[in-house]
Amino acid sequence: MSVVSDTIDWLADSAHWSGDDGVPHRLVQHLGYTCLTVAIAAAIAIPIGLWIGHTGRLRGLAVVSSGALRALPTLGVLTYASLFTGIGIKAAIFTLVLLAIPPLLAGAYSGLESVDRRTIDAARAMGMTELQILTKAEIPLGLPIIIGGLRSATLQVVATATVAAYIPGPGGLGRYLIDGLATNDYPQVVAGSIVVIALALALDGIFVLLQRLALRNRPVTVRTAA
Amino acid sequence: MRWVQDNTDKIGDLLLSHLWLSIVPIVLGFAIALPIGWFASRHPRAKGLLLSIAGVLYTIPSLAFFLILPGIIGTGFLSPLNVVVALTVYAVAIMVRSATDAFESVSPAVLDAATAAGFAPAGRAFLVELPLAGPVLLAGLRVVAVSTVSLVSVGALIGVNNLGSLFTEGYRTDNDAEILTGVVAIVAIALLLDALIVLAGRILLPWNRGARTRSRHPASPSVSFVQRLRGART
Repeated sequence: MSVVSDTIDWLADSAHWSGDDGVPHRLVQHLGYTCLTVAIAAAIAIPIGLWIGHTGRLRGLAVVSSGALRALPTLGVLTYASLFTGIGIKAAIFTLVLLAIPPLLAGAYSGLESVDRRTIDAARAMGMTELQILTKAEIPLGLPIIIGGLRSATLQVVATATVAAYIPGPGGLGRYLIDGLATNDYPQVVAGSIVVIALALALDGIFVLLQRLALRNRPVTVRTAA
Repeated sequence: MRWVQDNTDKIGDLLLSHLWLSIVPIVLGFAIALPIGWFASRHPRAKGLLLSIAGVLYTIPSLAFFLILPGIIGTGFLSPLNVVVALTVYAVAIMVRSATDAFESVSPAVLDAATAAGFAPAGRAFLVELPLAGPVLLAGLRVVAVSTVSLVSVGALIGVNNLGSLFTEGYRTDNDAEILTGVVAIVAIALLLDALIVLAGRILLPWNRGARTRSRHPASPSVSFVQRLRGART
């Protein structure tokens, strides 16, 4: 069990907690990539998902295309893209955005679909415009599921950003794993893995809280209906 | 195309190991998750705990999981067993949720009727509950199959040979045809396994043929939604 004690020693070494190769810097980098790619993917996928959910149009196409995107192996897309973009972060960002789109899209349209038709009919009967129905009824009621899509996308990006470190250029926590593998530095590999897992669990926990909050802040009508 | 023609033997070998590394976790994951899901559907208190554990396990990034397993189960760092065990854990994590939904989808009235008709508990579980839960179980299994096939390729990073090796090698040698071959082959295997599962479902659950249209109906998003969200993993 020397791996365990070596890992503890690695994590306890203060040299690994400062500078550009230190855990805090790479953690912030990793979070930065994650936020950037999820934000880009959300800017693309959520408006489309809301439109599909609100109008019910092109739903079949969305299901099929997000399913097809999912069968794509991420490592393959990453290495293929990097042959064209060269060393650097572009290929990683492109791959991560592609990966984050399906869950965001599915969360947005499923969130709106989960809203009771009668509630929407009632909102329309009260004279709300389509935009008001969307922003005041559908989005608030579907929010827990929309956040669920965001949660799923974020976790996938956190996980895949480690794989993306295979391409020189992106820093982030994946460097500990890929560099450690290349140099047979197992304590570094295991310590890096532990930090990534801790980050994933912490982000997941935050999203669970957000989902609960969204559920609690839904309009009163749902609570009585449910 | 030239590259594919020149390397058919290598592609064939990698294809076989990729299939092997995918099918074992899919089958094991399904077999392990089935009784857990059945138990969870019976015991609401245990259900919360079991689904939370599944959710936490599913959160672990795959590359980190592959690398941390040797320390936990005592395998070598390069052992394919790390990949198989990690993917089985993911398969169980997805499938427990689907199996719980599946067994909960069986109407209690049907179960009462089966008991009244003289089914013993074990017979009822196998001859009544399992077939009726079949359609939802099948939908979960399809998600597990596609995500497992795609995830195996990450194993190439830790030196476990499979079609993902075409990505790492193609990247090193600047060979885009090799990488593209790997992508196409993996997508093809995923679609093939998915089609086989659908076919098996048609044969084993002939009464389910009309049911697909119902699941597309906007009024019943819950189960299909969870499965869509849980669709991919890296």
